[in-house]
This record gives sequence, structure tokens and C-alpha cells, in this order.
Amino acid sequence: MKRRDIVQKLGFSALFACMAANVLFLGGIIFFIAARGLGSINWAFLTQAPRDSMTAGGVAPAIVGTFYLTLGAIIFALPLGVACAIYLTEYSPKGWIVNVLRISINNLAGVPSVVFGLFGLTVFVKYMGFGISIVSGSLTLGILALPVIISASQEALVAVPQSIREASLALGASQWETIRKVVLPAALPGILTGVILSVGRVAGETAPILFTAAAFYVRGYPDSPFSEVMALPYHIYALMTEGTHPEEQTAIAYGSSLLLLGLVLSVSMLAIYIRARQRKTYNA
Amino acid sequence: MHNLNSALPPSLAKGPVAMNMNSMGEADVFGDEPKISARGVNFYYGSKRALNNISIDFSPRRVTAIIGPSGCGKSTFIRLLNRMNELVPGSRLEGEILLDGLDILSQACDAAELRKRVGMVFQKPNPFPKTVFENVAYGLEVNGFTDKHLIEEKVIDSLKKAALWDEIKDRLNDSALGLSGGQQQRLCIARCLAVSPEVILFDEPCASLDPISTAKIEELILTLKKEYTIVIVTHNMQQAARVSDRTAFFLMGDLIEEGRTDMIFKAPRDKRTEDYITGRFG
Repeated sequence: MKRRDIVQKLGFSALFACMAANVLFLGGIIFFIAARGLGSINWAFLTQAPRDSMTAGGVAPAIVGTFYLTLGAIIFALPLGVACAIYLTEYSPKGWIVNVLRISINNLAGVPSVVFGLFGLTVFVKYMGFGISIVSGSLTLGILALPVIISASQEALVAVPQSIREASLALGASQWETIRKVVLPAALPGILTGVILSVGRVAGETAPILFTAAAFYVRGYPDSPFSEVMALPYHIYALMTEGTHPEEQTAIAYGSSLLLLGLVLSVSMLAIYIRARQRKTYNA
Repeated sequence: MHNLNSALPPSLAKGPVAMNMNSMGEADVFGDEPKISARGVNFYYGSKRALNNISIDFSPRRVTAIIGPSGCGKSTFIRLLNRMNELVPGSRLEGEILLDGLDILSQACDAAELRKRVGMVFQKPNPFPKTVFENVAYGLEVNGFTDKHLIEEKVIDSLKKAALWDEIKDRLNDSALGLSGGQQQRLCIARCLAVSPEVILFDEPCASLDPISTAKIEELILTLKKEYTIVIVTHNMQQAARVSDRTAFFLMGDLIEEGRTDMIFKAPRDKRTEDYITGRFG
């Protein structure tokens, strides 16, 4: 065997090892969480409220809370993020101001989530007076989701071929008609992918809801957007740090973790499926 | 025959009009008022000058071919006629372009209104990622048509005019992206016809098509010229000879020569035209 063939084999092996390490980490997380959490998961766990000082019962209120918080965040961030992306890709004049805007948005993605939490506490909870509530938590999570939605939407818009924009304009459509009737529908699957990815991110965040929405225990289900709620990530955090009966509560925490992991992973799978379908439409 | 000479700026008088009569003593222009005339057009991309003092008339219900080597400005020029080049940042236009005598570059002329009258078919087929029906109906919808029956009627009519109806009448609700390249291009022609333009600009419409699809498009152009004023940019000289009544030869941003297609190909007046059509360069 020639020397360069050996070098090539070694190189490929190294790359394979790195890939395998990645899969191993993901597999390891899923395996250990499943091994410890699977035992707690059953129908009652998914449908009942916690009982007996959080040592028994289910996590249903936390599932409902996470659902409301995520839904609220997307309702707030989706129109704002898509509008921002449309402005940046379709309308904004090219120049340094837009570059500064772009950099700011990318930086927003790098802000630690606990900082968003403090911001939410100051602005939504205190200043705007929404209190510790679904609204405050949703708005805080929404800001966290914005950069993901904006950059995914920008990518999706840029990927729409210039030629079909020209086709629309050449038929006498205005720029806005072109965006609304041709560009946006074509970009929709890409935008949806971004939304779903941010759903995964938002659903799993703890720090932003720590001071803005989440409660360790709430009796019953939230009855208004201004109620405090339980949420899965915070539930896990609280059980592991403030629990008084570690033995039972650790099992519940692992069960909740497995549930959260399952939710986030299935949401990501959905995003991958939609993206694959989009590629097919464009290559048809 | 109208006396065009008196109405034209001096720059044009030494151009095509000065050669009104060819060697056989027959009129070289077709006797109608020009549908479009460009007068002294200069066009710049930033500081780079892409077109130099172009003056040319396009007669109604005729096909005019614009030929020339890559980068000669032929596509740039045709895209001025429906103001598509406006979208290029940093571009600048001088001169006059008249559609039925009205300046399309003036503030009074709305670009969207102009583009309804001057349709365009592009180099690469660019159907929308929508159904066949929606593609043709789109132009009608953005132009304020709401009557479903009328839209349907016009869609069918346009598809028939574009010689596509028989092939796709059962596939109206399928994605346009599933059609062959040639069918897609005829769909784009149908889409353009649906908004009832007066002029159709073809920007190398067969550049990405096979010979059979190309033949179908050429046949279609010959049918369409009975109703529309047609300008076609092509790098294919045989195509220009087959479909056009008049031919203009562009070179490095200049209009070298313009005249009846048979004359341009049989007896070009300019040495550069002769070199190009005999394949000595380009």
C-alpha cells in the first residue's frame, strides 16, 4: 500500500471517530435519561397533577404550562421575526446601517438566557406589571426565539430564486404583491423549519422563565394568561435543587427529563421532515 | 409612408432611417408608427457604461431580433423596455424610450402599468412554484380580476394561444415545476399573454431548451406576431434569421446596424456585422 493511501485511510478513520463520538454523546444522553426516567412514565404521570409534596402523581400541569409558554412565545415572535426578515432581505437598502442591524440580531442569539430572564423580570414582570405570569414568560421566551426565527426566515427568503421575483414584477405586480403572493409562500417551509427549531429551544429553556413565569407548585391549571404556571424544565430544576424527598423526586425529575427530551427531539424531527419536503418541491 | 426623418433627432437620422430605401428600392421600414422607439439611450452600471447612444424603432406586429456576442448589451437593452433594470442598484439611464409616443421613463409612467403592456419571457423558464393554473391566473389576480369564470376563461385561452393546452389540459392542478423545460417556457409565455400585453420581450427564450422545444417556441413566436409587437434577444443567428422581420446587431454597447433581417444576413453594410454573422468572432 502506498503512503498516500495509508494517510488517506488514517484521515478518514479520524473523521469517522469524531462522527462516532458525536453519536455516542447523543446516544449516551438518551440512554441514561431513558434508563432512569422510563420507570416513572405511565399514563397517570402524563395526565395527573403532583401529589403528596411532589413525591407522587404526574406532571400534567407542567406539560400544560410548557405548552402555553411555547405557544405564547411563538405567537409573539413569529410575526415580528418574519416581518423583520422581510424588511432585511427585501426592502432594506444595502449599507452599513443594515449591517449593524444584522450583527445586532446575531448578537442577540449569543446573549445568555439568564440575562433574558433578568430582562423579562425588569421589563415585563415589574415595569409593565404583568407579574409572574404566562404573558411575561412567553414574551421573554419570544425574544429568545427571535434571532433563530429571523435568521431562518432570512435564509428561506434569500433561497427563493430571484427569477420568480422578476417573473412576478414583469407581470405588473407590485413589490409587496410579489412578496406576499410569490416569495412568502415559496419561503414558508423554510420559515416553518426555523419556527419549529425555536419551539424546541424555547420549550427546553429554564433560565428565562425562572423569574418571569414558573412556579414550583401551582394548584390546578392556569386559568388566565396572567397566571403563574408550572413548566417542565423548571419542574426538573426545582425537584433536583429544592426537593425535600430526594429519593422519589429524583425519579420524577428523570421521568420529566425524558419527557422533555422526547418532546424537543420529536419537534426537531418534524422540522427535518418539512425541510426535506421543501427540497423535493424545489427540485421537482 | 410617414416621414419619420423630420420627427427624429439628428443622432438617428444617420442611423437606420437614413437607409430607408434598400438596393431594391423598396421601403425598409414597415410604414406603421413605431410601437416603441428608443432615442439616444445610454445606460450605466455604476460607472461602467453598458450602452452607448442607442436609437432604434420597433414596428408593431413585427418580430425584431437583437443579436450580438455575449456582453454586448443586448439583454441590458431589452430589459430597459419594461424597466426591469431599474431593480439593479446603482444603475442609471439617459435618453428617451417611447411606447406609443409616451415616455416610459417619465414620472407619470408607473412601472407596474408599463409591465402589463410590455410583457417579458426570460432566459430560463421561471414558473412560480404553484400549479399550472395558478401560474397563468397570477397575472390576472394581481391586475384586479376577481371573477372566477372570467379568470378561468382567460387562463384556458392563454394556454391555447401558447400552444400548451392540448398537452397539459389534464394537469392544470399539478405543480408547474413538474413540466418539461419547453413546457415550462410555454407556460411562462401563456402567463405573459394572460395579462393582454401589447409588446412581448423575449430574452433568449430558448437558451436552455432542446431543439424540438426551441422549434415549438419559434413557431409560437411567428403566430404571436400577428397580434403583438415582439422583440427577441438571441445569441443564435439562425434563430434570428428564422423568426424575425428585422434584426439589430449590438457590439460592445453600440448598435452597429439595424435593418430587414434578409438584408442583414445577405448584405450587411458594416464589416463588423459581416464578421459576426459569418462566424469570424463571437
